[in-house]
Amino acid sequence: MTYITGVGLTSYGKHEGLTSLDLMSKAAELATADAGLKRADIDGILCGYSTVSPHIMLATVFAEHFGIRPSYAHAVQVGGATGLAMTMLAHHLVDAGVVKHMLVVGGENRLTGQSRDASIVALAQVGHPDYEVPLGPTIPAYYGLVASRYMHEYGVTEEDLAEFAVLMRTHATTHPGAQFREPITVADVMASKPVASPLKLLDCCPVSDGGAAFVVSREPSNAARVKIRGCAQAHTHQHVTAAPRLSELGAEISIARAKQASGIAISDVRYAAVYDSFTITLAMLLEDLGLAKRGEAASRVRPGYFSQDGQMPLNTHGGLLSYGHCGVGGAMAHLVETHLQMTGRAGNRQVRDASLALLHGDGGVLSSHVSMFLERV
Amino acid sequence: MQKPADWTTGVEAILYQSCGCCGKAQYFRRGFCAACGATGLADRRASGKGTVYATSIVARAATVETRAHVPYNIVLIDAEEGFRMMAHGASDLAIGDRVAARFTQFAGKLVPYFEKLA
Repeated sequence: MTYITGVGLTSYGKHEGLTSLDLMSKAAELATADAGLKRADIDGILCGYSTVSPHIMLATVFAEHFGIRPSYAHAVQVGGATGLAMTMLAHHLVDAGVVKHMLVVGGENRLTGQSRDASIVALAQVGHPDYEVPLGPTIPAYYGLVASRYMHEYGVTEEDLAEFAVLMRTHATTHPGAQFREPITVADVMASKPVASPLKLLDCCPVSDGGAAFVVSREPSNAARVKIRGCAQAHTHQHVTAAPRLSELGAEISIARAKQASGIAISDVRYAAVYDSFTITLAMLLEDLGLAKRGEAASRVRPGYFSQDGQMPLNTHGGLLSYGHCGVGGAMAHLVETHLQMTGRAGNRQVRDASLALLHGDGGVLSSHVSMFLERV
Repeated sequence: MQKPADWTTGVEAILYQSCGCCGKAQYFRRGFCAACGATGLADRRASGKGTVYATSIVARAATVETRAHVPYNIVLIDAEEGFRMMAHGASDLAIGDRVAARFTQFAGKLVPYFEKLA
């Protein structure tokens, strides 16, 4: 049995002058304090990667910098799925008694630490070096390809996808830490600059600076009792050229395994935190996870099903699309927000009931998936 | 592994591997079949004919070399030999179109370029 005993999150956007280690430290400090722990209580560290400051031993670089000497430490790399993959690993290591308090941390000055072009070039390297990258694709193009096929097979429109950008922005307007807080409309999304068809600028998450962290512990260390009920992964491919057909993608496999591991059904879920690098990512994942019928996710957005006071509040901090995306920390913000909701600390964003939450992360081009259920006990 | 004499090395050809054991067609070149593990794959030259599986027109490129080409259409093609590949394509291509390949220069390199079959 394991608990998420503390969470920490910086604002996302520009943090001029701060390094990846600075942002990781800020988030780690917040999470440790939130758990009611001291640095010396932390005996394990899992961290992600930084594209701005790559290092072959980032976890020990961070441990030294932060001032702890853990008995277990290393980095994890699964693209956008890294945050939840680290949480899953922390859950199993803590449950097995390897460590008592695992600090999970991610942070990067991705926006101010390098040019936006450099960031796009670095990320496009998830493509095949011989058979894809020479063609000049970008991450939005990889997802644009998937979107074109999804729209073709299920009759989803660009206006449907735009609904998700509007929803995430509406949520972000209520969070002071979000990178983008100006309300937008479907017409704004449709009129935004083309990036990689059918995706336009407002269908894409931004590049951000930021950091996020949490502590996974064997016993509750404070009043927050958020238990990891079960989690699972699925990895079907790396490159979009080698992806299976839409009906065989990994989200459906990982959620089925997570349901089995936890004994939880989708009908039990009260709050959802789902990876949203692009509007198409969110639309597809919601449907793959069973939170909407195939091709119908957008029609659930319009009447407010995924809104703060709806039946299934979703990414109430604004998601990657509007809170921001700083790499590994990006999707960790989803878990931080979920924890705040589950412990009644979300302030003006608080939902009625977040007693049981489903989280899902995706890395690569729908390549790597992690599904997880959290329960307040 | 020997480098293939195909578009990835500047030769006007699309190559794939055919597994003598399970019959699977494989596009990403390796020393074994990723489906069954058998070695001794045969190199085959593809006809260049296929069907459009997906398309995305790139309007925002990230390097000076690729930016000179925008907009360009990135396509996934299901080759008639049974493998899928990424390539460039004409801007009017739609999913399901029957297409044939020619070759063009992109950012200083040779790339396959698909157009609708008449």
